[in-house]
Amino acid sequence: MDYHILREFADSWAMLALFAMFIGIVFWAFRPGSRKTHEDTANIPFRHDDKPACQGGGCQGGRCHDDGATL
Amino acid sequence: MWDYFKLIALGLVAVLAAIAANYARDLAYMVNAIEVMLAAAIAFIWVLRTMGSAPAPQNEYFDDVVRAGVIATTFWGVVGFLVAVIIAFQLAYPVLNFEWAQGYLNFGKLRPLHTSAVIFAFGGNALIASSFYVVQRTSAARLFGGGLGWFVFWGYQLVIVLAATGYILGATQSKEYAEPEWYVDLWLTIVWVFYLVAFLGTIIKRKEPHIYVANWFYLSFIVTIAMLHIVNNLAIPVSIFGSKSVQVFAGVQDAMTQWWYGHNAVGFFLTSGFLGMMYYFVPKQAERPVYSYKLSIVHFWALIFLYIWAGPHHLHYTALPDWASTLGMVMSVILWMPSWGGMINGLMTLSGAWDKLRTDPVIRMMVVSIGFYGMSTFEGPMMSIKAVNSLSHYTDWTIGHVHSGALGWNGMITFGALYFLVPRLWARERLYSNTLVSWHFWLATIGIVLYASAMWVTGIMEGLMWREVDSQGFLVNAFADTVAAKHPMYVVRALGGVLYLVGSMIMAYNLWATVAKQPRVAAASVAAVPAE
Repeated sequence: MDYHILREFADSWAMLALFAMFIGIVFWAFRPGSRKTHEDTANIPFRHDDKPACQGGGCQGGRCHDDGATL
Repeated sequence: MWDYFKLIALGLVAVLAAIAANYARDLAYMVNAIEVMLAAAIAFIWVLRTMGSAPAPQNEYFDDVVRAGVIATTFWGVVGFLVAVIIAFQLAYPVLNFEWAQGYLNFGKLRPLHTSAVIFAFGGNALIASSFYVVQRTSAARLFGGGLGWFVFWGYQLVIVLAATGYILGATQSKEYAEPEWYVDLWLTIVWVFYLVAFLGTIIKRKEPHIYVANWFYLSFIVTIAMLHIVNNLAIPVSIFGSKSVQVFAGVQDAMTQWWYGHNAVGFFLTSGFLGMMYYFVPKQAERPVYSYKLSIVHFWALIFLYIWAGPHHLHYTALPDWASTLGMVMSVILWMPSWGGMINGLMTLSGAWDKLRTDPVIRMMVVSIGFYGMSTFEGPMMSIKAVNSLSHYTDWTIGHVHSGALGWNGMITFGALYFLVPRLWARERLYSNTLVSWHFWLATIGIVLYASAMWVTGIMEGLMWREVDSQGFLVNAFADTVAAKHPMYVVRALGGVLYLVGSMIMAYNLWATVAKQPRVAAASVAAVPAE
């Protein structure tokens, strides 16, 4: 495979694909209804400071904010 | 059963290292082999003595390794800054390249020791320790892999020791920021893969539905450094019993690979990883969530997509094709935008809490570090423009730019993180002294200002002197003229370094006193107590 083939691929289709991917991510970030998810995610550092989540028998499924921290 | 495998493996490594030391073809290789032998022997004894002990409780975070990482970060920081001050004075006063230490402690030998100590030992330990702390808290899960964290920590310390002794004794492949020879590179690859396993394993078993943005940055740092490290260190050893190796790439391909590596070491080690720190420790210290989570997503992806292309700006006006050089320049200039997006996101996290700047010297440190991040991510794109680069390249301006980023951004955010972590990790109510934090803050800040301004003056002066021609078209200045003219600025630079070093020593004392002189608080209330 010739170096020029790679270079031409890089500055055409590869660039277009990467750019489209980036634009897609931006739209995904600003999609309607994302605010609630993002607020919840942004507050992750303020939960579970002392111990991992869901210890003991009361834990089902794993996905929880069970320590009563503010959301 | 697993412990027996470990014992057999460690015993084999110790014996093989002893054989390698015996057949060694050069001094650096022999010393490195003896170090590996000792490390394997110590690890053997440790595994033997802890065999059959109860497994660690799964309902607690694995913080022992983070504590060790905090100590190592502080130690290597002071060592790295000390070597920095020594070589700064060696540049100002060449007589300090002592005759009796020629070939061992002269500038050429100590310079890579300094860069590796501050970037990989200080910065690397800060990244590993803080990433282990952050990924556990934001995943609400204990670190994956049992004692894997210890392997990563001690394996990484061995890399540092092997690299440092190797440099002094002459084992180097002469690639900037990638000096360690082939066997150290291989060992680092192994350690790094297990670092990825421990980090990614924790993310996979997380109890939070989403992956917090700091972990995205840490993960991109780990993955990209693995890729860069492997490609840039493709080399064939001359002998398996010698330290010398030969690069697979040659000429301009080698140069491009090296600076693709070099600039992305800046981008993904010193930027992405430390942004992970920023996105956790700034919100924690300010006690409010990050300013805009959407912006943090856009910041992350824009940075990832752009940084990887910026490397060619290190090779303007060389044998590199023009298009590659232009590409590097354009991408570097575009990179300014996501960088400032991140800076705004970090700074605006304090909106509504700016009063904390008056009372909390730790948050002051973090804010100044973000300020320096913004400054050096403006300076960098500007210097990557070909016309500016024709003046700035090969001058001290570049060194000034690197240090305003490294001392200002990486150093200050790490100090902030250390001040945050120590009271929490050792269950102390607060730091030993906020006054000492203020002293550290001002010494470090004034040190950086002296350093950066001295390097701007000397760099631009040097660049102008090199290109100055008389009416006949002859160059006006000999190279030695520029060296003589730079002397006063070199003294100022070294003094700035002294201030920064003294600041870090004050921090080391303050952190030690926090643990040694402060009463322990009840464990349950630790996290609720702010550090101010």
